[in-house]
Amino acid sequence: MRARDPAARRNPPQMTTAIEVSSVVKTFGKTRALDGVDLAIRSGSVYGLLGPNGAGKTTTIRVLTTLLKPTSGRALVLGHDVVREAAQVRRKVSLTGQYASVDEDLTGHENLVLVSRLLGLGWKDARRRAEELLGAFGLSDAAGRLVRTFSGGMRRRIDIAASLVTRPEILFLDEPTSGLDPRSRNQVWELVRQIAADGTTVLLTTQYLEEADRLAERLAVIDHGRVIAEGTSPDLKSSVGSNTLHVHLAKQEQRAQAEAIAAGVVANCVLPQTEPSAVAIKVPDGAAAAAVLGALARADIALIDFSLGAPSLDDVFFALTGRPAEAPKSEGKEAAP
Amino acid sequence: MSTESLPDAAEAIVMRARVEPVSAASAVATLAWRAMLRIKHVPFQLFDVTITPIMFTLLFTYIFGGALSGSPKVYIQYLLPGILVQTIVFITVYTGVGLNTDIQKGLYDRFRSLPIWQPAPLLGALVGDLFRYSVASMLIIVLGLILGFRPAGGAVGVLLAFALVLVFAGALSWIWIIVGMKVKHPESVMTTSFVFLMPLTFASNIFVALETMPGWLRAVVRHNPVTHLANASRGLMHGQPVGADILWVLVASAAIVLVAAPIALRLYHQER
Repeated sequence: MRARDPAARRNPPQMTTAIEVSSVVKTFGKTRALDGVDLAIRSGSVYGLLGPNGAGKTTTIRVLTTLLKPTSGRALVLGHDVVREAAQVRRKVSLTGQYASVDEDLTGHENLVLVSRLLGLGWKDARRRAEELLGAFGLSDAAGRLVRTFSGGMRRRIDIAASLVTRPEILFLDEPTSGLDPRSRNQVWELVRQIAADGTTVLLTTQYLEEADRLAERLAVIDHGRVIAEGTSPDLKSSVGSNTLHVHLAKQEQRAQAEAIAAGVVANCVLPQTEPSAVAIKVPDGAAAAAVLGALARADIALIDFSLGAPSLDDVFFALTGRPAEAPKSEGKEAAP
Repeated sequence: MSTESLPDAAEAIVMRARVEPVSAASAVATLAWRAMLRIKHVPFQLFDVTITPIMFTLLFTYIFGGALSGSPKVYIQYLLPGILVQTIVFITVYTGVGLNTDIQKGLYDRFRSLPIWQPAPLLGALVGDLFRYSVASMLIIVLGLILGFRPAGGAVGVLLAFALVLVFAGALSWIWIIVGMKVKHPESVMTTSFVFLMPLTFASNIFVALETMPGWLRAVVRHNPVTHLANASRGLMHGQPVGADILWVLVASAAIVLVAAPIALRLYHQER
């Protein structure tokens, strides 16, 4: 039925590369959701796609999970072309979408039985696997409740559980922690670490710089449908080039004054911050940092705390795009259905 | 609350190797099971398909019966097979509504990313819908019998009429599947469909005989597939020969499926 690439069959590609994307473009009408994405993701890693809303993260995941056909370019998942060998790709990957992709009108247990059956388990086996997963995800008590009544964190967990009925070679998680409280977020992070430790490659998207920093071994920063930077988190930080002095002001109305004083000490040094009481100052060395702190003290600007360190991913994002990571609200939803 | 915390044992998730994908039939059966579960958990879905037919049957029988046929009892012999057709044709819309809801919620993303025969979710849902049509049909007949409906064709005639209505409804559902994939909200499926369904069911001989209509309308009504279906349903239930109408309905159903199903499947495979 589907044309197979004979070359790919004769020489199975080395499984060290889980995902290979080259020049993938995806247009929706006049919108170029993906504008030539290139990615190479190694097997067995946690890889983060980082970017603001509408950057193209979800579209990338949907292309890689065979839900969308790229307009042009080529994407290989575990050596299989996502267009011509979509069925093989689906046999090896799992997707947990941005919206809880479980049936709200079914119970937690029924949802997992449903997915287990669809993945090829017999009825009895499916029920046993559902119970096993409910236990592992701390949802045994809620097994008989409709998913509609679940909290956000519980939904997220049942959703991830549904992706782990059988071991996927790659697990795609689209914004796994968006809308979760800090506690549930930590639980999801712990889960992702467990899954990766077990040998599954995880590709996750996030808008949270902290999340990418903490979970992913490598990151791609994506903006306007293009990968604008790629590397490990320390790589990206060092690409910004210098140390950053972070100061937390006691009074946020003193921010403009503080920025002006800092600019007087070190030229072109103030990095924009999204938080109103935070000021980030690019400094060439410790002496410059000390000079800035001294100048602030002399001007009677009280600080809650300060730190000198490598730039945060916020700084990286600014250095790469010339604007803070938070997307303007008007930019709307990504990859309109 | 214990449901809010994960057991801290890091080894809690025991991984399980992938197995061979399910057969197409098994996938459809599993997804039909899901449709049944939804009916169990959200019985309101059945409320819609039961209350409407009861209301229609009662209203039309008692309000129009006397005027149209002399008495409600006489009219219901004519009306009931037609009301069955109208009700079922109307509730085919829920196929599109349900599909649209699933798509909007992201559930179809999961189904489509699973290694299953791709049309299975559509067909599974359709099986559930056919079950709902059957429940509605039974209800109308039982109500009819209580109100004095006496099908001369007996149980066999009634069942054959059921079967024919289900065939047509199943075919029509494919059109709502297309609408369900095209529009943005479940409510839009409803609105869009009613624009078609109102004229389709009322410009037919469900409620009144063809002969009572003005000439130009008669020409339209005569070619309405719903008229043929109502004729066939009436004929089967009352034991009258309606071979031509049955054939007409079967051909129309086949034509709808042949045109709509490939379009629906194409849309389903494509991006959204």
